[in-house]
Amino acid sequence: MPHFLRTFFDQTINGLVIGNIYALTAVGLALIFGVGNLINFAHGSVYMIGAYVGWVCVTQLHMPLVATFGVVAVICGLLGMGIERIGLRRLQNSARIAPLLATIGISFVLDQLVQIIFSPNPQSFPNPLPTTRLQIGGVSIGMTDLLIAAIGIGIGIILFLFLRYTKIGWALRATAQDRDAAQQMGVDVNRVNQAAFALAAILGGIAGMLIGLYFNTVYPTMSFQAGLKGFAANLLGGLGNIPGSIIGGLVLGLVESYGVALFGATYRNLFAFVILIAVLVIRPNGLFSRKRQAPPEPLTGTFIANNKPITLPVWGVIALAVIALLLPFFVGDPYFLQILTNAWLLGMVALSVTLVTGTAGQTSLGQAGFLAIGAYASALLTLRLHWPFELALLAAGLITAILGTLLVLPAFRLRAHYVAIATLGIGEIVNQVILNWNGLTNGVMGLTNLPPPTFLGVVAVLPHQIYWYSLILLLLGALFQWQLLRSPLGRTWRAIREDDIAAQAYGINLNRYKALAFAASAFIAGISGAFTGHMYTYINHETFTNTTSILVLTMVILGGMGNMLGAVVGAVALTVLPELFRGMADYRYLFYGLALIMMIRYRPQGLLGSI
Amino acid sequence: MTVTAVQPLLQLQKIDTFYGPMQVHFGIDLHVNSGEIVCLLGGNASGKSTTMKVILGLVTPRAGHVIFDGQEITGLATPKVIRRGIGSVPEARRIFANMTVRENLLMGAYKRNDKAEIAQDYERTLTLFPRLKERINQPGGVLSGGEQQMLAIGRALMGRPSLICMDEPTMGLSPLFVDRVLEQIQTINAQGVTIFMVEQNATLALQIAHRGYVLQNGRIVLAGAAQTLLDSPEIQDAYLGDGEA
Repeated sequence: MPHFLRTFFDQTINGLVIGNIYALTAVGLALIFGVGNLINFAHGSVYMIGAYVGWVCVTQLHMPLVATFGVVAVICGLLGMGIERIGLRRLQNSARIAPLLATIGISFVLDQLVQIIFSPNPQSFPNPLPTTRLQIGGVSIGMTDLLIAAIGIGIGIILFLFLRYTKIGWALRATAQDRDAAQQMGVDVNRVNQAAFALAAILGGIAGMLIGLYFNTVYPTMSFQAGLKGFAANLLGGLGNIPGSIIGGLVLGLVESYGVALFGATYRNLFAFVILIAVLVIRPNGLFSRKRQAPPEPLTGTFIANNKPITLPVWGVIALAVIALLLPFFVGDPYFLQILTNAWLLGMVALSVTLVTGTAGQTSLGQAGFLAIGAYASALLTLRLHWPFELALLAAGLITAILGTLLVLPAFRLRAHYVAIATLGIGEIVNQVILNWNGLTNGVMGLTNLPPPTFLGVVAVLPHQIYWYSLILLLLGALFQWQLLRSPLGRTWRAIREDDIAAQAYGINLNRYKALAFAASAFIAGISGAFTGHMYTYINHETFTNTTSILVLTMVILGGMGNMLGAVVGAVALTVLPELFRGMADYRYLFYGLALIMMIRYRPQGLLGSI
Repeated sequence: MTVTAVQPLLQLQKIDTFYGPMQVHFGIDLHVNSGEIVCLLGGNASGKSTTMKVILGLVTPRAGHVIFDGQEITGLATPKVIRRGIGSVPEARRIFANMTVRENLLMGAYKRNDKAEIAQDYERTLTLFPRLKERINQPGGVLSGGEQQMLAIGRALMGRPSLICMDEPTMGLSPLFVDRVLEQIQTINAQGVTIFMVEQNATLALQIAHRGYVLQNGRIVLAGAAQTLLDSPEIQDAYLGDGEA
């Protein structure tokens, strides 16, 4: 057999095996989306926990493989039922973005718990299966490949029989098709949801365990990518479509496998996100649906509860700003000033998020992408073109505004939680491009020796100098945003948030105003990212990750959507509080996750109220 | 307290319902006796469909009582209401579009465990609706509007309810099918199932009903025997004035 043909077959088998794992993950997401209308972001965490449970059983308890699968299924099934309780049941009457955000909070908590228990380091997962490989006409197949294929096919058949011939399977299908009608047949939809979550978690856990066996390693951060890839596969086949998800998983596995063979391993994660965005924009109902429009959303993207926002008079805000400006004269502790500096910089990002998400109603989970663009723009301008910092900073804001808006452009036709997913994918694509565009970004190595921030020739390196610089940038950013919100533009954005169809009926060009919102938001975020980069003097593709995006959204929810003061208060609270209790630094994300879950459940309007 | 000779099968007492700050029902009182066909008439936004939702537990009233078969069911979750013996033919039919006709019918018997009797009811339902038998393995979504209505009624029957609540069973049907559906409702009633239906089309509903109530802006403004209502000037004005009959 010629060499290229053998490579092709090997990659095909590879792709199908990995695709099987994606399919298992995607089917679970499809089940949950079907009955609960929810994109479960905690699904990746269940997958990771499945891998860890498997690892404990095999390496620590020396259990046989069959028993291990049983333990994984039971623990993950129970976990799934717990997620349904916390993430969905109490939030069923909220906007659909609320349970989605709650599952993000749950995933933070689960990921952090695993890190605390098993350390953040990868654990080696020696494969107990024999290492003999079957040779079929020059193509070699490992035992793990066969196991994964057998389990994938077996589960597919069981699932089919379950849905077609069991009572609970019928209830699942009926609930997915028409929840109200199912209730009127006497179906207890809460129990159906619970069953779907349990089943999905069992499939997800087994998928995680299989991937642990396949790559001989488990690590806590495997959750996020897995969840998003499962979601891409599900989307490819049509959200909630179970057979579609299986095909979507296999297609994604093959695309990745061939792609890696052609372009190299660092591209692996890019394909999933490009597929994700392409499907969202071109065929939001998946490959197999003839309908071109995404299912209608009864509510717009953000959940703005009826509330009375707490307003502070203008002199109050000025007084707070003056106190913040005078603070270094009274508190000299450089550590404390550094923490507050972080809070001001994240506060800027929170402002930018509250602008698109709160005011204009376009939930953004991709703000880290804007930060990265700003940081790289300014770093490259100062390092390569030797621009002065001040000019590079401003240019970084403008470049981010333009590039960021262009990147989000394809997502403008999406609504509600589809916007959240698209922006998440776009943020991830930015990181993947940075990782792979070696010539420009220096790839994995990142950019080093960024010049420190300067202002009119004065170099800001001392903690109090950086503190003032970042604070003034925050205040300028806030002033800029405040002016925008007071203008007719601000009113138009709010109109789009409240009812985009009505806004359109009044002749508002939605795309233009969404573009303006994202441009203003990206401008502020870009400047914050640029300043942060120069403050650290070093950046790479992992300086700003999706975790940052989610953290900032949490700040905004904490403070109150669309509420500028709330955004800054949220940023200060989530930056300073974990530091106050020094022991909590390790549990930071546990704290963030819990804060997110509690706010969505008990005070969706935020501490200061949404505007 | 005097004991009434016949206790109504379904009773609504002084129901007040709100959607947020907006009041939909103002002290609704009505009852349905066992064996009757009772219709609730009213125009758009009169609170008809909400009445149905209150009975089925899809909306909880702020005040008042829903009593079924002598027991209070106010605020009970929908599946529990259904298990007490109420069947539902929802507005716009709401059949399971991707499940076959057979699966749809058997979903109606979801709450039951008596296999042999379910099989009996299945056969009886298909005898009542021979059209469904011809399409037994097709997905519900490909059926015509009239056939879907039959499926929705058949599905409700499969639960072996003592009362079926129908929300606008003739809505959107061709005149031919309207007559047929009304006939079938009468047949079902003759077999001992009590019917409570919400209708916009007063003349049609009153043709088969024993009694009726007229709902206007959340209040019962008129009640009585079907014939009395048909003859009443109010109904004549409201519904028959333009010679629709």
